[in-house]
Amino acid sequence: MRQRRLLRGLATALLAVVGLLAWSGPGEAQVNILDKVKKRGKLICAVNAKLPGFGYLTPQGRYEGFDVDFCRALAAAIFSDSGRLEFVPTTAKERFTVLQTGEADVLFRNTTWTISRDTSVGLDFGPTTFYDGQGMMVTKKSGIKKLEDMKNASICVQTGTTTELNLADQFRKRGVPYKAVVFEDADATAGAYEQGRCDGFTTDISGLISRKSIMKDPGAHVILPQVMSKEPLGPAWAHGDNNWGDVVKWLVYGLVIAEEFGITSKNVDEHVNSKEPEIARMLGGDKEAPKAMGLDPKWLYNAIKQVGNYGEIFARHLGPGTPFSLERGVNDLWTKGGLIYAPPIR
Amino acid sequence: MPPAVPAEILLPPRTQIGPIGWLRANLFSTWYNVLITLLILWLLATVIPPMARWMIFDATWATTHEPCARAREAAQAIGVRPGACWAVIPANFRLFMVGTYPVGQAHRIGAALALVVLLGTLTAFRRFRGRALVAAWVLSFPAILVLLHGFQGSAILPLVETTKWSGLTLTFLLAIVAIVASFPLGVLLALGRRSSLPVVRLLSTVYIETVRGVPLITILFMSSVMFPLLMPGGLRVDKVVRAMLALILFSAAYLAENVRGGLQAIPQGQYDAARALGLGNALTMGLIILPQALRAVIPPIVGQFIGLFKDTSLVAVIGLLDLFAIGQSILSNPNWLGLRTEVYIFVALVYWVFSYSMSMASRRLERRLGVGVR
Repeated sequence: MRQRRLLRGLATALLAVVGLLAWSGPGEAQVNILDKVKKRGKLICAVNAKLPGFGYLTPQGRYEGFDVDFCRALAAAIFSDSGRLEFVPTTAKERFTVLQTGEADVLFRNTTWTISRDTSVGLDFGPTTFYDGQGMMVTKKSGIKKLEDMKNASICVQTGTTTELNLADQFRKRGVPYKAVVFEDADATAGAYEQGRCDGFTTDISGLISRKSIMKDPGAHVILPQVMSKEPLGPAWAHGDNNWGDVVKWLVYGLVIAEEFGITSKNVDEHVNSKEPEIARMLGGDKEAPKAMGLDPKWLYNAIKQVGNYGEIFARHLGPGTPFSLERGVNDLWTKGGLIYAPPIR
Repeated sequence: MPPAVPAEILLPPRTQIGPIGWLRANLFSTWYNVLITLLILWLLATVIPPMARWMIFDATWATTHEPCARAREAAQAIGVRPGACWAVIPANFRLFMVGTYPVGQAHRIGAALALVVLLGTLTAFRRFRGRALVAAWVLSFPAILVLLHGFQGSAILPLVETTKWSGLTLTFLLAIVAIVASFPLGVLLALGRRSSLPVVRLLSTVYIETVRGVPLITILFMSSVMFPLLMPGGLRVDKVVRAMLALILFSAAYLAENVRGGLQAIPQGQYDAARALGLGNALTMGLIILPQALRAVIPPIVGQFIGLFKDTSLVAVIGLLDLFAIGQSILSNPNWLGLRTEVYIFVALVYWVFSYSMSMASRRLERRLGVGVR
């Protein structure tokens, strides 16, 4: 009898667990993501909550940052309201799982676009929003402005990484002699640089930004505008939904084109009746393309008005007014010598 | 016979009593104690003054980031290390406590806290104790979860998705749910492992040994990365619930072993006596064996719960924003960059306060139940 009671107890516990599992209710399998988002009434965006400049929390519990603003713009384009948005904080490990399982609709989380992620991991990638890559940090008082100024400089670098090999290639290519000071781990590398053991410190630019942010005197260091390797960061979503891909891609492109034309959140209203046909089209004149995507004709107007164009987003979180004061460099518009380029809205 | 000279009442030598005596007895009794004392004094003298200068005298006590920035610039201008910037704590206090829970809904967390405080106060008075209060405690957990979660489209309790549960609130929820739910499960597993039915015994043993053989962080990763992919298409489990399940299942295995230790300490005579009184197996367990067994293992169980409370900080690696992860997020805010030491000291202090309270509560419980006395 004791055993039977025990068995019954175990069975009850098992049932309780199964019940809890079913608690969240049935989710949707392979459906049109935009329809799902509209039906739900809000966009679910996976972000990084702990990356200086790209994603963090304000004292009021609001998400802010470069990546976060693209989520806001996307919500504004879909719902005419940048607030109809839920953030899912993710780590590097589970960011792809949340897309595959449909827990999040889109991922804006400093994610590098690579062939393996685009194919075997089962994702699709949108236009690059931030060209990251290996960068170089130097002290402000050294007066170094570009890699070519670093003749015979000592450079702190983590050993055994592609960073170390890249550094050698890049300096050999430029014919600049240098002295590498190698360390086993990332903290030691940054620490040695900060203590003045090297003239420069190299790792990915976004890594340099967050390192700089925790240095004793962040203002005393600058990150050179040159980029030594390719780390294109951009949005990603579950593979196979072409319409959703169009929405995310054209949202990013739209914000870039807005910067090209000088349309900002402040002056967008003045441009609505512009004589320039492309501007008129993108701010509500064109009904066909938005309709084909399933969006309101004012989609881009709302995104620009409520969040701002690409340049505004960059300046707000990474630009001169911030502790990072990152130069646009490769992330400038193609018209200004950068890589940020968008196909026309026609 | 010489007359008795009244003996003068002499105090012991000055070096044997008072502060000097105490110092001699406790700090300088032997040559190696002298050495150890001097070494420790030297360590304290080198560590405490700079620490106190950083933490107190040079620190900026404000509630916004501007005074800190000014203090840092001033310190750099004269080439010294700036003091602590405690402004980061009050400025982000709300974030530490309730995280991303919507600003307009935070009173719900207050209400949940009030409910717990009310029940706690009632429990403190002997005359309110009874079945009704136990039932109220048991019902309060689902009630709090419903209160915090709310309902889709409700005006009074609008839905607050679990992705917005964060900060100390999330740490508490994870810890409490894990502690409360793992307790019965652990007891069942302990009984299962001692069962005379081979299947039940084998299953319990395999479960306990498997879970104990795997680090918690692996189970959390499984729950967050692998588990959702293995689920059939229609079934989705909330991330917070997955983390809770992982913590419950992990804690239950350890608890089962603690309880088994208690069960094995009960002499056979107790079983025989219960049987002689005509009690069945269930009553023997419920009235005779378990109360004694559990009383004996209060210290290890509370120790395990304190460990579990601190282990909840591991959920930061699966993207949940508990107290610790909120601290990391604050450090990513451009206004508070570089204040790692201040933020981590505060987080550590919060963990210490609650862990120590649990430990004190356990000692009170032990005293009242007379553990180790009877």
